Amino acid sequence: MQNTTKFKQGKWNDEINVRNFIQLNYLPYLGDSSFLEKETKSTKKIWEEVRNLTKEEAKNNGTLDIDTKTISTIISHKPGYIDKGSEKIVGLQTDAPLKRAVMPYGGIKVVEKACDAYGYELDEQIRTIFNNYRKTHNDGVFDAYTPDMIAARKAGIITGLPDAYGRGRIIGDYRRVPLFGVDRLIEDKIQQKLSLVIDDIRDETIQLKEEIAEQIKSLKELKEMAKSYGYDVSKPATNAFEAIQWLYFAYLAAIKEQNGAAMSLGRVSTFLDIYIERDIKEGLITEQEAQELVDHFVIKLRMVRFLRTPEYNELFSGDPTWITECIGGMGLDGRPLVTKTSYRVLNTLYNLGAAPEPNLTIMWSERLPKNFKDFSAKVSIDTSSIQYENDDLMREHWGDDYGIACCVSAMKLGKQMQFFGARCNLGKALLYAINGGRDEITGMQVGPKFESITSEYLDYDEVMAKFSSFSNWLAKLYVNTLNVIHYMHDKYAYESLQMALHDRDVKRTMACGIAGLSVCADSLSAIKHAKVKVIRNEQGLAVDFEIEGDYPMYGNNDDAVDKIAIQIVKDFMAALNKNSTYRKSILTQSILTITSNVVYGKKTGSTPDGRKKGEPFAPGANPMHGRDKKGALASLSSVAKLPYNHSLDGISYTFSITPSALGKTADERVNILTSLLDGYFASEGHHININVFEKETLLDAMDHPEKYPQLTVRVSGYAVNFVKLTREQQIDVVNRTFHSAV
Amino acid sequence: MSVKGRVHSVETFGTLDGPGIRYVIFLQGCPLKCKYCHNRDTWSVCGGTEMSTDELIVDIEKYENFFASSGGGVTISGGEPFLQPEFLKDLLRKLKNAGIHTCIDTSGYVNMSTIEDIIDYVDLFLLDIKHIDNDKHIELTGVSNLKTLEFAKYLSARNIPVWIRHVVVPTITDSKIDIINLAEFIITLKNVERVDILPYHSTGKVKWEQLGFEYPFNHIRDAEKNDVLNVKRIMSETGVKINT
Repeated sequence: MQNTTKFKQGKWNDEINVRNFIQLNYLPYLGDSSFLEKETKSTKKIWEEVRNLTKEEAKNNGTLDIDTKTISTIISHKPGYIDKGSEKIVGLQTDAPLKRAVMPYGGIKVVEKACDAYGYELDEQIRTIFNNYRKTHNDGVFDAYTPDMIAARKAGIITGLPDAYGRGRIIGDYRRVPLFGVDRLIEDKIQQKLSLVIDDIRDETIQLKEEIAEQIKSLKELKEMAKSYGYDVSKPATNAFEAIQWLYFAYLAAIKEQNGAAMSLGRVSTFLDIYIERDIKEGLITEQEAQELVDHFVIKLRMVRFLRTPEYNELFSGDPTWITECIGGMGLDGRPLVTKTSYRVLNTLYNLGAAPEPNLTIMWSERLPKNFKDFSAKVSIDTSSIQYENDDLMREHWGDDYGIACCVSAMKLGKQMQFFGARCNLGKALLYAINGGRDEITGMQVGPKFESITSEYLDYDEVMAKFSSFSNWLAKLYVNTLNVIHYMHDKYAYESLQMALHDRDVKRTMACGIAGLSVCADSLSAIKHAKVKVIRNEQGLAVDFEIEGDYPMYGNNDDAVDKIAIQIVKDFMAALNKNSTYRKSILTQSILTITSNVVYGKKTGSTPDGRKKGEPFAPGANPMHGRDKKGALASLSSVAKLPYNHSLDGISYTFSITPSALGKTADERVNILTSLLDGYFASEGHHININVFEKETLLDAMDHPEKYPQLTVRVSGYAVNFVKLTREQQIDVVNRTFHSAV
Repeated sequence: MSVKGRVHSVETFGTLDGPGIRYVIFLQGCPLKCKYCHNRDTWSVCGGTEMSTDELIVDIEKYENFFASSGGGVTISGGEPFLQPEFLKDLLRKLKNAGIHTCIDTSGYVNMSTIEDIIDYVDLFLLDIKHIDNDKHIELTGVSNLKTLEFAKYLSARNIPVWIRHVVVPTITDSKIDIINLAEFIITLKNVERVDILPYHSTGKVKWEQLGFEYPFNHIRDAEKNDVLNVKRIMSETGVKINT
């Protein structure tokens, strides 16, 4: 333990307690960005090689290569390199850069389909094993689904469910590996396992005991994988390089084991800063070398790839991995958690250019140092690659050592996980309420059969009463569907490495979600404040609506409709809370659609707000495109009213603005943007994506993708390469409200 | 008492019309007939939505967080705000009582008698001098610039802060002699905090056509970066400090 003696000692010396180590040893940085260094020659060279590989990948339908013969595990592949000798941080998911691995535990069919879609054939032996001998998560789920669940899933009222792919949204506390070394973690897990006494034998104890055994196995494999690259991670890291390398190995092990929807990183910058600053102070490395290590680490994160089907990519466009890293925020003691490495990580967007991954997330507080606020805003204006979340709001719930999984889901690192629940389509639910549980597109009886609304004009009270009882039915079906999914995921595709980097008794949330909030709110507002006439087909299904008169629209800071939106959120959360959950997980919900607002819209008939069949929903909690007519502040303020307490898995808002609308000079733009963020978060807004560009840039990129290989666009809690979106999604992004100069 | 006025529209996130983040109120009605007007639909004194000053104040106060964080406030634009003096005065008085920074965006085509007791409630004027040459001003806007220049001098005498704005319309407002004359006029003013030189864009054309009018500047091209730089250079050489 000779290295650790140089750090301030405390509780972390006796227990697995990363937060204690950070609090005792980190140095807040209040200065500006002038200390930052540019990329080194070696960084330039490696990044150039990666860029060439990504060009090849794009030419090859978005997948460079697949290893179809090897089942991915932590130790399945020989070491891989981009440029052995030049790259400071090593480790790839397979034996070659951007080569994708097969992970069949989630579901064999999806893997077969994905291989097939890209012109590969999955190895015969793997097919035989998983079709005949080894059951997958996907098989388990469908063994237990009820006909109701299957019907709701097929109709798309409950949608995006992780029943055929890895659920993700679990953040291993990867910092534990450099801080404690793997041997110490294994020892801790052995003690945890012994602490579970089975005298009154219960299934949850047996389950956990088995899981801890799996965790220990994974930790041992982590050591073996690191060894194959020539490093011994059994002991703690002794310097900055080792800290970053050990941490990356831990993360790499997780992504070799799991193809999870979102594989977030947590909150590592300020932790790593402790090692980096110590090395700089002792003259072991220069600022340039420190930046190089960070750049090389980020290059590795930008290269994470999973094998996924084209349908999956249609839903979650642009090959996202959600390697979310939280930067900044405030400590409970009032010191900012901003360090020089917070700047160094943001600086990678200059040194390597804009990119969607890692998903850099600024934890905003009114009390953040002004220099850091200004620098973040500048990076946003220059790259459109970062998102912001309200640390002042979240700290109350999650303390000061939480991370964000995926886009907006907060969780205490190493102490908490979630059962990802995708979302249900509330726009469709409203139509079911009007149509007596029948699907407005197929006419199938998906929901419970009750009386349809038959009046010529919709009556607000009648619609609300039916919507409310229908929501209760939907919430129950939804939670039970998730119970099935997560029972099976734990059983057949358990995340042993990620859970090895957690405490023994984790708090679990079950993260439900809603899509179509603005469609619903506007529809109900139209019914209440204008007259909505129903157009029915010969089967009596409401297939279209005519609106007579104007109605207040969500996004204009008008309580006449915003209160309806708030009520929808509260009511659905209350409906969810009536149900019991697998492993006693705590129910939460998000208002988040990723980019699937396009797909959900496609599957939903015309709605009473005037949206036509098949047209996209607005993303996340956004107002519908073009309906926010009073400018950005009105739009932001409507969104900020949505109650975080009733939507603890996050409320996503995406904001696009032209550079000139932020002010005339570069300094003015920075000032306006930081003020906008301060004002929005003071109004209790939870999350915001900031895009700063001209619409014309996007239109040009649609026609000339080759000119914009790194054009990054924030969509809904994460960012994408614009040119990787489908044409439909590109059009959706272009059509979103752009706040421009008046 | 709450006076009612005609409001064309509001923009809650104005960033170009005064310092910080501005709640911008566009009032209905304008005595000028600028050929490049980008809000053609504000001309009529009959259009717009009738709103009371109290209604507006309630809405504006929702954004105090943003005014505070940015050093912003409210800008009243148009149209021409001074066409509704009673409404304007009542609104400004209430804004000042609420401690909100106020700014008026005007062409300066106003009668001195109507403005004297309004001015006390204004923290900043944005004064758009369309043309320094009176004949060309009449040709461009339909009215003389004498009132505008007199208004500018008056504000200077009372030392009320002003941002001067001038739109560069190629071949119309950018001849060297006119720019020098404009610059020399600006130099005589003691209260100018900032001079903005803005490029002309034909973005207003759509609105003219939607209203069934022919756009008078169809033959004029948009100002480019160089046009603006050229005007700025002449102004600087004449001794005017240019901000943007």
